[in-house]
Amino acid sequence: MLDYEFMRHAFAAAAVVAIVAGAVGYFLVLRGQTFAGHALAHVGFTGATGAALVGIAPLWGLVVMTVAAGIGMGAIGERLAQRDVAIGLVLALSLGLGLLFLHFYTSYASQTTTLLFGNVLAVDAGTVWILAALGAVSLATLAIIARPLLFASLQPELAEAKGVSPRLYGVLFLAIVALATAECAQIVGVLLVFALMVGPAAAAQQVTGTVAAGVAVSAVLALFEAWFGIALAYYTDWPSSFWITALSAAVYLLAALPWVAWRPAVTLAD
Amino acid sequence: MNAIEFRGVGLTLGERVVLADVSLAIAAGEFVAVLGPNGAGKTTLMRAALGLVQPTSGSIHVLGRKATRGNPAVGYLPQLRGMAAGLRLSGRDFVASVVNGHRLGLPIPGRKGHAEIDHALDLVGARELARRPLAELSGGERQRLLLAQALIGRPRLLLLDEPLISLDPHRERAVIELVRSLQQRLGITVLFSAHEVNPLLGAIDRVLYLGGGQAALGTVDEVITGPVLSRLYGTQIEVVRLNGRIFVMAGGYPVEHDAHRHEPPAGHWHAAERMHSDHA
Repeated sequence: MLDYEFMRHAFAAAAVVAIVAGAVGYFLVLRGQTFAGHALAHVGFTGATGAALVGIAPLWGLVVMTVAAGIGMGAIGERLAQRDVAIGLVLALSLGLGLLFLHFYTSYASQTTTLLFGNVLAVDAGTVWILAALGAVSLATLAIIARPLLFASLQPELAEAKGVSPRLYGVLFLAIVALATAECAQIVGVLLVFALMVGPAAAAQQVTGTVAAGVAVSAVLALFEAWFGIALAYYTDWPSSFWITALSAAVYLLAALPWVAWRPAVTLAD
Repeated sequence: MNAIEFRGVGLTLGERVVLADVSLAIAAGEFVAVLGPNGAGKTTLMRAALGLVQPTSGSIHVLGRKATRGNPAVGYLPQLRGMAAGLRLSGRDFVASVVNGHRLGLPIPGRKGHAEIDHALDLVGARELARRPLAELSGGERQRLLLAQALIGRPRLLLLDEPLISLDPHRERAVIELVRSLQQRLGITVLFSAHEVNPLLGAIDRVLYLGGGQAALGTVDEVITGPVLSRLYGTQIEVVRLNGRIFVMAGGYPVEHDAHRHEPPAGHWHAAERMHSDHA
């Protein structure tokens, strides 16, 4: 399986993206902003198709549009940005605009499926490096703001009183989410970003009691789901995105089911 | 030195005038209950003392300094408590998130941080229960963790906004006794807002009663009287004392009541709605 160069690229890209998605997703789920993350992916579709229309690589269109939208959503304010109707409308409009761009750029239509559902087997060496660089930026920024972000997420009012601006960290965080979303879209497509960003993180929160363990388990689960999904795709010839979403759902169900007796085990150093 | 000093303070919330030209001083080491009808400005007054709301006139001094955001000497237990209640995060990590929370970096407490967390948890007797996930704690247990969060940084002034909401009478007494003993042991000043005075009788030093843009500060006997409350409510108020309990009545009906005490933590909006419908 690893004899093929495209498979090696697929595993490398999936590793980078899964670790970023797992770590960022933990905070996304903690903050209850999963729907916002989903909407950002759709905005990315507009960016990618728009970029193709003007002759730029879709990845950059994705990155620019999602980050701009993430900052915009954060600036509007969390209360508004979390409103289902507003997000739902943005989501629908983005897909609609993306469709319009594709309509004008007819020869590009074959790429639609890739954008929507991802095709990790088509990732080349250059893209792997770009993903690694973007991933490093996301993780480094997250590491820098993690403490005030966590404080503002768990206790926004107290954080504000202690001089932490929940809005500032809301904007910065959504910018990180946007970058992670653009990366995820390379692996599973804009429609299925949930599978890598939310599934592993939500499962991790069910089985861990500390932030550090939660982030680590989330990243490991995402990595497992992405790699195992690609391997299954190789042997079955079914789409890798299908396998990744199936694994993501299965892992979450396992973690969330009430009969799971091995549930923590809140491990704390004494 | 006074813990809190208001000089000619005006406060507005949107269009509404919450306080108009109010001057008052709370001495260091006092345990003061903040009372008043819904919307009288109990939360706004605390937020102003934290520097989160700027006065439209006058000045606010806290522990001898102008009220400003991020004063480490002030601890705060907000009324809006986020959405942490459903998380499987441990109580300890929940409290830990406050330690150095304003500084950039990874949220991993060092040795000093852990000592600080242990200290706060021990003060509220929550060292053991903090091992459990938040989702498995009762309202009263979660309240103790919120109090521990407020105690991080060893504040000299504690602002507790409605810490009794959603607690049953037994837990109410436990929280009040805990706060009273902390206040005396640490020699700190506490402002404690509540919907009614009765659970707090005997524990508090003075009462700060808000209403109609005005404030009255004094002992229970000085403030909770017909004339003073009539002025604050802007209507004829009678105060009835019965078996050591105090009933504030307007037109024969109690205006302070405990119908809203058993709401879930996030339900203070419902409590407000119910108050309105009760009065309608």
